[in-house]
Amino acid sequence: MRVTLKIWRQKSSSDKGQFVKYAVDDVDGEMSMLECLDVLNESLILRGDVPVAFEHDCREGICGSCGFVINGVAHGPERATTACQLTMRHFKDGDEITLEPWRAKAFPLVKDLVVNRRALDHIIEAGGYISVGTGQAPEANGLPIGKEIADKSMDAAACIGCGACVAACPNAAAALFTGAKITHLGVLPQGETEKHRRALAMVAQMNAEGFGNCTNIGECTGACPKEIPLDVIARMNRDYLCGSIQRRDDLPAPIPPVVEGA
Amino acid sequence: MKLDAKIPSGPIEEAWSKACFDMKLVNPANKRKHSILVVGSGLAGSSAAASLGELGYQVKCFCFQDTPRRAHSIAAQGGINAAKNYPNDGESVFRLFYDTVKGGDFRAREANVYRLAQNSTKIIDQCVAQGVPFAREYGGSLANRSFGGAQVSRTFYARGQTGQQLLLGAYQALERQIHAGTVKMIAKTEMQDLIVVDGQARGIVTRHLITGEYNVHIADAVILATGGYGNVFYLSTNAKGSNATAIWRAHRRGALFANPCFTQIHPTCIPVSGDYQSKLTLMSESLRNDGRIWLPKKKGDARPPDQIPEDERDYYLERRYPSFGNLVPRDVASRNAKTLCDEGYGVGKTGLGVYLDFSEAIKRLGEKTIRERYGNLFDMYQRITDEDPYKVPMRIFPAVHYTMGGLWVDYELQSTIPGLFVLGEANFSDHGANRLGASALMQGLSDGYFIIPNTISHYLATQKFPKVEDSNPAVQEAVTTVKARIDTLLSIKGKRTVDSFHRELGKIVWDYCGMARTAPGLELAIGKIRELRQEYWKNVTVPGSGDDLNESLEKAGRVSDFFELAELMCIDALHRNESCGGHFREEYQTQDGEAQRDDEHFSYVAAWGYTGPDSAPELTKEPLEFHYVHPSQRSYK
Repeated sequence: MRVTLKIWRQKSSSDKGQFVKYAVDDVDGEMSMLECLDVLNESLILRGDVPVAFEHDCREGICGSCGFVINGVAHGPERATTACQLTMRHFKDGDEITLEPWRAKAFPLVKDLVVNRRALDHIIEAGGYISVGTGQAPEANGLPIGKEIADKSMDAAACIGCGACVAACPNAAAALFTGAKITHLGVLPQGETEKHRRALAMVAQMNAEGFGNCTNIGECTGACPKEIPLDVIARMNRDYLCGSIQRRDDLPAPIPPVVEGA
Repeated sequence: MKLDAKIPSGPIEEAWSKACFDMKLVNPANKRKHSILVVGSGLAGSSAAASLGELGYQVKCFCFQDTPRRAHSIAAQGGINAAKNYPNDGESVFRLFYDTVKGGDFRAREANVYRLAQNSTKIIDQCVAQGVPFAREYGGSLANRSFGGAQVSRTFYARGQTGQQLLLGAYQALERQIHAGTVKMIAKTEMQDLIVVDGQARGIVTRHLITGEYNVHIADAVILATGGYGNVFYLSTNAKGSNATAIWRAHRRGALFANPCFTQIHPTCIPVSGDYQSKLTLMSESLRNDGRIWLPKKKGDARPPDQIPEDERDYYLERRYPSFGNLVPRDVASRNAKTLCDEGYGVGKTGLGVYLDFSEAIKRLGEKTIRERYGNLFDMYQRITDEDPYKVPMRIFPAVHYTMGGLWVDYELQSTIPGLFVLGEANFSDHGANRLGASALMQGLSDGYFIIPNTISHYLATQKFPKVEDSNPAVQEAVTTVKARIDTLLSIKGKRTVDSFHRELGKIVWDYCGMARTAPGLELAIGKIRELRQEYWKNVTVPGSGDDLNESLEKAGRVSDFFELAELMCIDALHRNESCGGHFREEYQTQDGEAQRDDEHFSYVAAWGYTGPDSAPELTKEPLEFHYVHPSQRSYK
């Protein structure tokens, strides 16, 4: 089949961007969206044009590198599917497909469909871990953890850090991402000790990076390729609230954000 | 050159603790005066950088992705082995050691493997303490399963995303050290060359992938944890960005490359569907625990699988290997699939596929149990193929997955260049000629958390580190070499894209140095690779410039290294006149088609030295001695 890709092209954050249309012939239904871009790029290179920049790596939906907005939806129309696993059989011959980068103040554009997501690392850096050094661990089976708790933790830990939740949110909030890490670690007995300090530090960093506030719209969980449940945000809010009552004088200083003056 | 593997003397059980005691320590107050570069942020790199940061060294960690959490360790699905013996089924450190040496077809170093088995239990403790949500039983204890040919249940797992969860554990430990200021993370940056000053590895030259800026980083030691080189085949289960550039450029600077022909073909991947295919997707081999592999008994049988009656199906692994059945090691399972498909029994539109059938397991255990065990894998299969594996058998075919070869390292994980350490898949050390399932994660974390912190302190405590200025001729020469190479690639402006060359190279290596190899085939391949490499340097086209994000330029550099590496793989495969593990030479097989080792002549590690792009590499042998596991013909019958 033949499709038209309408792609946001922008050389860098300081250049002006625009949509450019490209026709791609011989599209196979089993091709992934990224392979369709590969085919386009090969033809652009041979024509002497600059290929479309997009992030990708594992191409099996787990590394979190890829992702852009496809026809207005982060990662495209299929539920629980990253752009690299979205096959072209979900489109029809003659379709025009619009591709644009994640748009959020905290994700400055790098080039074309590539944005800078270091702000998400900063949120983890601020407190998204259990403070245990190498060699300090007790015997693994010494601490029984019920299957339900391990499962709940795993549901949240499945987050791949792609940023689709931010792109889907009208406020460009990173609440689902942050809540997922707070839940993954906070429900486990190993991580419970630090849960208040963790929530305070991570939420402070999230705010410093210029992400918006959560207003419980739920677009994030709908766009999430790993279907992280919305209730992780409730847990984040609860840990933050309890933490701010207990240790309001002890707020950590955030790391300088990616976007200055965010 | 004589290779000294530095294997401690005395009983193997005490070798590592003896070595740790004998190794010199760096005084706590002096640790902050030493700087270490860690290239790569996967399981080995992240765990090393975090652990070394905790100890107080000044660490810089590099990755080419936008964040360390994307390293390809994240895609490992099935699990991680450990000799915990929680199920009380006969597991022990010795058994894990024994299985790994045997599974590697007696081409690994015993002392390294024993240490790996010893460290395995500590890894699980460490990961649980970090909050890795391993699968649990209802009583709250850790769940185990049997995996990839093991007869004991020693594999720990987190659904089908074990690699992801272990990497996130290491990544979080790394981020904690970044926050503490002991580790500086430098992302979107690719190592271009190694700086060797007066025989010591003292730094690297990097290129920033967004600004194109070149930088020199000087330190007291360099650690490479940059993964394997499976992408030499173009189509593999590796991530698109996985590459051999760091290890290859170190090889060009003098680090020997060991056993390059030992590559692993994984039996359970989704078959190729078309020419546009950019990579292959692995289906965890845990699926072989419940799925049965079969082909029609009749050649070219085009009937849909549900119309092929039971007595017209050949469950060939169960037939040939009654005691291991569908759980034979990866190399055996892969080769059987290839042989039968080559003979015309294969299924699917290309004829390159075998069935992996769950209907019996679903009947026995119910769909719900199967969904719980493999739900995410079944979903992934359905997303890609549009077929429902709960109703129709999966079609699978082998694909390149892992490389056992890598830079040669001694027991301390130090390469032949003093001060250059190599961890994880990038080194050659623990898996011999074939890696067992769920052992890669174990090795990466053992190297990073528990081995390198000890061995690097010995190096730092016993060497002198004169200050290296940017004006040092060795630094200048490395920077000039890097810039010249990139400028050349940009200036060729030929007629073929980097990918078209890479695809062609991969096809040659797959056809002649893949699952089955022959001397004439390998000789032919060497000629073809050389020809193609020459054409590459005349006819490749790289669009754009070197001063902004330019993926074609990144790929062009990586592919230029794959050419040289591919040639070395074929040379190594050609010289090794035996079959062992993943290296199957058709000339050397038993009467019933199994790999025929030649211990008398080939019980050694082949370590190759670089002599130039157009001259023959130099072979140095490290003899392998087996004192604890007696080499025998592997048999899974």
